[in-house]
Amino acid sequence: MEKFISHTGTGVPLRRSNVDTDQIIPAVYLKRVTRSGFEDGLFAAWRNDPEFVLNQVQYKSGTVLVAGPEFGTGSSREHAVWALQNYGFKVVISSRFADIFRGNSLKGGLLTVILPQPAVEAIWLAIEADPNTEIKVDLDSRTVSYQGVSIAFELDDYTRWRLMEGLDDIGLTLKQTDSIDAFEAKRASYKPKTLPIRI
Amino acid sequence: MGKTLAEKIWDDHIVRSAQGEPDLLYIDLQLVHEVTSAQAFDGLRLAGRKVRRPDLTIATEDHNTPTLDILKPIADPVSKLQIDTLRNNAKEFGIRIHSLGDADQGVVHVVGPQLGITQPGMTIVCGDSHTSTHGAFGAIAFGIGTSEVEHVLATQTLPSTRPKMMAINVEGKLKTGVSAKDIILAIIAQIGTNGGQGYIIEYRGSAIRDLSMEGRMTVCNMSIEAGARAGLIAPDQKTFDYIKGKPHAPEDFPAAQSYWETLFSDNDAKFDLEITLDADAMEPFVTWGTNPGQGLPLNGSVPNPADIKDSEERGAAERALEYMGLTAGTPLKKIAIDTVFLGSCTNGRIEDLRAAASVLEGKKIAPKLRMLVVPGSERVRQQAMKEGLDKVFLDFGAEWRNAGCSMCLGMNPDQLSAGERAASTSNRNFEGRQGKGGRTHLVSPIVAAATAIRGTLSSPADL
Repeated sequence: MEKFISHTGTGVPLRRSNVDTDQIIPAVYLKRVTRSGFEDGLFAAWRNDPEFVLNQVQYKSGTVLVAGPEFGTGSSREHAVWALQNYGFKVVISSRFADIFRGNSLKGGLLTVILPQPAVEAIWLAIEADPNTEIKVDLDSRTVSYQGVSIAFELDDYTRWRLMEGLDDIGLTLKQTDSIDAFEAKRASYKPKTLPIRI
Repeated sequence: MGKTLAEKIWDDHIVRSAQGEPDLLYIDLQLVHEVTSAQAFDGLRLAGRKVRRPDLTIATEDHNTPTLDILKPIADPVSKLQIDTLRNNAKEFGIRIHSLGDADQGVVHVVGPQLGITQPGMTIVCGDSHTSTHGAFGAIAFGIGTSEVEHVLATQTLPSTRPKMMAINVEGKLKTGVSAKDIILAIIAQIGTNGGQGYIIEYRGSAIRDLSMEGRMTVCNMSIEAGARAGLIAPDQKTFDYIKGKPHAPEDFPAAQSYWETLFSDNDAKFDLEITLDADAMEPFVTWGTNPGQGLPLNGSVPNPADIKDSEERGAAERALEYMGLTAGTPLKKIAIDTVFLGSCTNGRIEDLRAAASVLEGKKIAPKLRMLVVPGSERVRQQAMKEGLDKVFLDFGAEWRNAGCSMCLGMNPDQLSAGERAASTSNRNFEGRQGKGGRTHLVSPIVAAATAIRGTLSSPADL
């Protein structure tokens, strides 16, 4: 995974709440067996509307999605994270994210930042007034800053460290193989196994 | 101080715990399907890693499979590639797979319990948010993303942060015509789609104890729709009886059962949040909007957004009514339905089919309405045919299909067209969920059946 230390880019205001993962990428776009190419399905149902924010020329180069509350509810599809990343987003800001989506995003290196709703609304106004507004999201200081405003956000130390180092979670866990072996040695024998097959 | 049921199971699975880090949890079972696994297997291959425990892993095909002509080659080449990829991955990594045509093919969350592989006290994951279904057996079961699927394949563990604990007590007795689905829809309408965020929910109370295992699965299934990753119910005699005799029931049943009997929340366990609902007051429930929290008793009317105080919710309700093509004040029972979908991991088990068939028997489908009956698994389909339920559905005028996720998520050809309105026993009424522009009302199996007879949202009491 690429290291995430700081990102500066322009914002895209998505003034909607409860944007579920079926909206982020509908199921019919989930058939690929790769991790790339999902940008065509991003917000597919809304992309037909010329007024939709992603279709507005002033937001074309945005890399920071600023969304309403309850972003990423519903399905566990990590394709939602890939679709956002494949499209070019590096950061999503919202006042509330659904748990699975947030977990997926932080594993995959898409930084999801939780800010209070009034702060989100202030950013919406700023980028709508001037779409060239630069938003800096800094993981080292855990702040979002734009137009001289700086807002702190919370992220646990462990996740922040992993993102800043670009660490592979599986690699970290494999260092604990001795603990896993020891745990397995004590597992109860009546726990079910899928093999050999019993019908 | 005592522990909650979920705390007991969690603590029993900690491989490693360190200050400032998530717990490393051991995973007893991973269920795999075609849509969220290809990239995970690819990751293993790239890193030269193996599946640590193929014997704690099982795969089936469900999300993207056709429900007609299942033994012919899949028509859509992209869908076919996804299914073929799963079959090849299962073969390469030595994982058991139940493919189309096999008795244990079907929706992952129907297959685990029917094989008896879902048992109390386990940790179960799957790249699917409705994995919470397995919580009905007193297991911690939750949905994960593809990166985590890969993590579990490689290590049989998952770094996880301990959730908060919520108790939802449903006390009293359900009236006739009110079912497990109505309980969970009422819960979500009360606590909202984010009410469970950060929690594991334990469903308790006499109305929950009274539910069959399959009813309990329906309740736990939709925990994610309230924002909770997992929901569970303490195991009891019904749980033990359900597992007994299943292919993968423990050989040393008494040893297993004596552990299972320790799985309950202690009297002095502390929940971070406790909510109580009155089962006696519950009515058949239906959603009117585009998230599962936008629901009301079937006797109600489409709400007026102007009456909603919270500006965010008001905006969401306005958008939902526009998308759903509904007018405030319309009685819900006056809403005409084009399609009825009976199936899914929420309500595609044998009891659901029996309940719907008992309402439909000897009746005829409403003019111009179509009804799809999609069993949750091939085994459920065979059982239903043994009981003659297929004939009841076909005589009624419904379509009797093969097993799979089907119209619940509209990934295969079973989809709504733009503007088409469905009464669906599935779990999500999101915009476009069942097909682009499709409109979904979530209902129980017997409401679905009554609706198919009358052509408008109805309960059996209206017949």
